[in-house]
Amino acid sequence: MTALADSDIPFLPRGVRLRHCDVRKAWFLLAPERAVKLDPVGAHVLQALDGERDFAAVVGHLAAQFDAPQDRIATDAGAFLTEMRNRRMVEVRS
Amino acid sequence: MNAPGNEPVDIETAIPIPMAMLAELTHRCPLKCPYCSNPLELTRRSAELSAEEWVEVFRQAAALGVLHVHLSGGEPASRKDLGEITTGAVEAGLYTNLITSGVGLTEANFADLAARGLDHVQLSVQGVDAEAADRIGGFRGGFDTKMRVADWVAREGIPLTINAVMHRQNLDRLPETIELAVKLGARRLEVANTQYHGWADLNRAALMPTPEQAKRASEVVAETRERLKGTLVIDYVPPDHFAKYPKPCMGGWSRVGLCVKPEGKVLPCHAAETITTLEFQNVRDVPLEEIWKKGPAFTAYRGTHWMQEPCNSCERKTKDWGGCRCQAFAWTGDAAATDPVCTLSPEHARMRAAAETDSAAHADEFVYRTIGGADRARAKEPAS
Ligand code: SF4
Ligand code: SF4
Repeated sequence: MTALADSDIPFLPRGVRLRHCDVRKAWFLLAPERAVKLDPVGAHVLQALDGERDFAAVVGHLAAQFDAPQDRIATDAGAFLTEMRNRRMVEVRS
Repeated sequence: MNAPGNEPVDIETAIPIPMAMLAELTHRCPLKCPYCSNPLELTRRSAELSAEEWVEVFRQAAALGVLHVHLSGGEPASRKDLGEITTGAVEAGLYTNLITSGVGLTEANFADLAARGLDHVQLSVQGVDAEAADRIGGFRGGFDTKMRVADWVAREGIPLTINAVMHRQNLDRLPETIELAVKLGARRLEVANTQYHGWADLNRAALMPTPEQAKRASEVVAETRERLKGTLVIDYVPPDHFAKYPKPCMGGWSRVGLCVKPEGKVLPCHAAETITTLEFQNVRDVPLEEIWKKGPAFTAYRGTHWMQEPCNSCERKTKDWGGCRCQAFAWTGDAAATDPVCTLSPEHARMRAAAETDSAAHADEFVYRTIGGADRARAKEPAS
């Protein structure tokens, strides 16, 4: 799958949900028959998806939140979202 | 990013955190599938947990670490309070999956479940057309209902998985089963060969596939997976009687999941009651956490402490956990024995020979799953 464009709007489709598990003290992305344990970066990226923000705005949001350089965030978040998209746990509209 | 549960742990002392719970809401079902995984003694309606009791079970399950709940049966739509039960699961924070034959759902009550936050639907198909499906399910009109339900699911945008149980009388139609799943808009297809417990065991001679069928089916799955990559994920459970090693049943006893029966009995696996030497507790009497961590049925075969040879000195023992306890019990009378499916089991030759005899039986009549049906079938058999 190609990389995300700045104007692409990534979102969690119906049937995919973020949930914090208090017992395991970790965030999970839940989908049919699957539970993906997220590292803190992955959890923050997915929490930034509100169905309105496009990819550029997601990167801006995370850069402000973590006071980190935009291009690093764009690379990391882009790679992660593309992986999730390949697994059909994230979808994109433009 | 990593898969859950892969941290190094001491398997004898660490109690795993369960991922999934199967909630058998009821044993009532309009269908009569001859391979039903429900027990031969079906629980009656009057004994079922109430909606409030289920909601409490969901809260306790979430607190224990359960992430997915499978609302199953019987047919869950046979319960008038399925909406209330669904809301309870959603509010507990569980990922909520409905496992249904579709029969008993209406367009309006399905829309209601969707609005309550249902996450996923698994729809069973008994066959690829009305004639085949309705004969196997023992219910006329079942197939057409399913086709409508698949439509409603698609319209709500809820992901759909098609479940197909395979056996000698439909395994040759696997390619059509796969096409049907694609046509219905499913993203996943679970094709599982029959597990021979309970009703399926009564019907072995009518269900057991031939070794040739099993081989052909594996080839079909391999070819089709490649062709449908990106469209349909196929989860395939081959018939284990013709395999070399057993499957890790349930991902290991009391490691990944648990099952709550309609009356509240808690089991490490839905078929565990066939092991008549085990003792089960009920959520009406004991908190779920205590049952999971310390219940006698749960600790009996958790980890590897209970294993005998050849499992005990086998390098696969934490891969397949010695296979299925129910199958071991059914064949040897000892639930701690090696699963006879394993080619290393001393019982393997006997089991394999029996499977081949069953697969060559030209007996296609079923004993259908009905209340009292098992007793009637047994009464007809010549005394042995
Ligand atoms: S001997 Fe036991 S542990 Fe080894 S492969 Fe067979 S069932 Fe699995
Ligand atoms: S071994 Fe028994 S408990 Fe485990 S999956 Fe098989 S039937 Fe179920």
